[in-house]
Amino acid sequence: MPETDNAFQSALTLLLSLDPMLVSIVTLSLQVSLAAVLIGAVIGLPLGAALALWRFPGRGLVVTLLNAFMGLPPVVAGLVIYLLLSRAGPLGNLGLLFTPTAMVIAQTLLVLPIIAALTRDHIDTLWQEYREQLSSFGITRLGAMPGLLWDARFTLMTVVLAGFGRASAEVGAVLIVGGNIEGVTRVMTTAIALETSRGNLALALGLGLVLLGLVALVNAAAYLIGERARRRLG
Amino acid sequence: MTDLSTPIDDRHRRPAHPAQAPLLRLEGLGFAHRGRTLLHDVSLTLPPRGRTLILGPNGAGKSLLMRLAHGLLAPSSGRIHWQTHSSGRPLRQAMVFQRPVMLRRSALANLTYALAAQRVPWRRRRGLAAAALERFGLGGLADRPARVLSGGEQQRLALARAWALAPEVLFLDEPTSALDPASIREVEAAVLAFHGQGTHVLMSTHDLNQARRLADDVVFLHEGRVVEHAPAERFFAEPRTPLARAFVSGELIW
Repeated sequence: MPETDNAFQSALTLLLSLDPMLVSIVTLSLQVSLAAVLIGAVIGLPLGAALALWRFPGRGLVVTLLNAFMGLPPVVAGLVIYLLLSRAGPLGNLGLLFTPTAMVIAQTLLVLPIIAALTRDHIDTLWQEYREQLSSFGITRLGAMPGLLWDARFTLMTVVLAGFGRASAEVGAVLIVGGNIEGVTRVMTTAIALETSRGNLALALGLGLVLLGLVALVNAAAYLIGERARRRLG
Repeated sequence: MTDLSTPIDDRHRRPAHPAQAPLLRLEGLGFAHRGRTLLHDVSLTLPPRGRTLILGPNGAGKSLLMRLAHGLLAPSSGRIHWQTHSSGRPLRQAMVFQRPVMLRRSALANLTYALAAQRVPWRRRRGLAAAALERFGLGGLADRPARVLSGGEQQRLALARAWALAPEVLFLDEPTSALDPASIREVEAAVLAFHGQGTHVLMSTHDLNQARRLADDVVFLHEGRVVEHAPAERFFAEPRTPLARAFVSGELIW
């Protein structure tokens, strides 16, 4: 297929010449997904740890909901945030729809349940093991939280990376709330969808390669961190 | 709270009420879990000095009794009275478990974490921790992750961690049941060292010979009840109850 061959060559050219359009799309993608993961981690890590440490009425429901939300379809997350931020919606007067901020919010909604649910799982296991010893030291549940998060740090890093993988690879949520506006809200996944349908295979392929490389990098990092944890901490 | 003004070794000190008040008084202590009563109406008064060994077959309630006394579990009924310092400050306690709980950190950090929990200022933690590791022959392993140490080393680390806390009361829950003979000797030597520093030792075991070697005072439990509580010499020479006699003669199989 000479046309694909051609597109592949053009894609490489775009990549190697650091085409400004391509670079700006990649940069925005990273900014949005990293911001979403950062917010998701800041809320999700302590939230997950708290759900592991404290027993309260309705806890089972919260945990079940979190687990269910791990599989939340991105388009549904996008739709929910769209309804909240649209002009007629409760947060419409903030004027956030079709901005990168809206995309961050939507991706946070996708990432937060993953980070919180997996954190709860890991901290729960650790707490079962540590509980008596830490109580013996006179440490309360609240006091135990930083130490538990620290001791689970390698596992939790892979959890955060899993969240980043989900955020950077999804297309539905950012498409709905961002609108794929060129130079404003166009990210890698939405650009690939659009450019492919328009027949601009070079840009789509170039972005696809970057995305693929990013996903490979994230997975390699997760693997290395896991190995290191096994060797270092036993 | 730790007395911060004293140098390292002075942290091991006898409680301020020497010899008079009993160390621990249990009144009608009971514990039930899921409808099953695991400990029945335990009343005990432990003497202010010495090592108390809690004996009994598996499932007698030895671990449970220690967990209740240490405050890891709340009793279903009854009361627990600990001796206190004349200031009212409670005695510092520590516990070493049957299977040592190792934090996912270096050996040294396992100790400094415990010292931080005891609110020892951070500049003193490292020194205290290193000294305790050295005391238990673990100085060379300070930077090794605790969880990759061998079983015997882990139990020694747990003892060093307890040592660093300078407890006035130390609980040991069958600390040797999973160890090889050399490690068992080390644990027993550590018990003597704690005792020598004025720490009250409360230890459970189902090893009769170990109890003979270590005990000043014996509490014999069976099926959640205290069957006999006596000075060690008397207990081993002439147990008064048929169950204790059977246990001492090795007929009561656990």
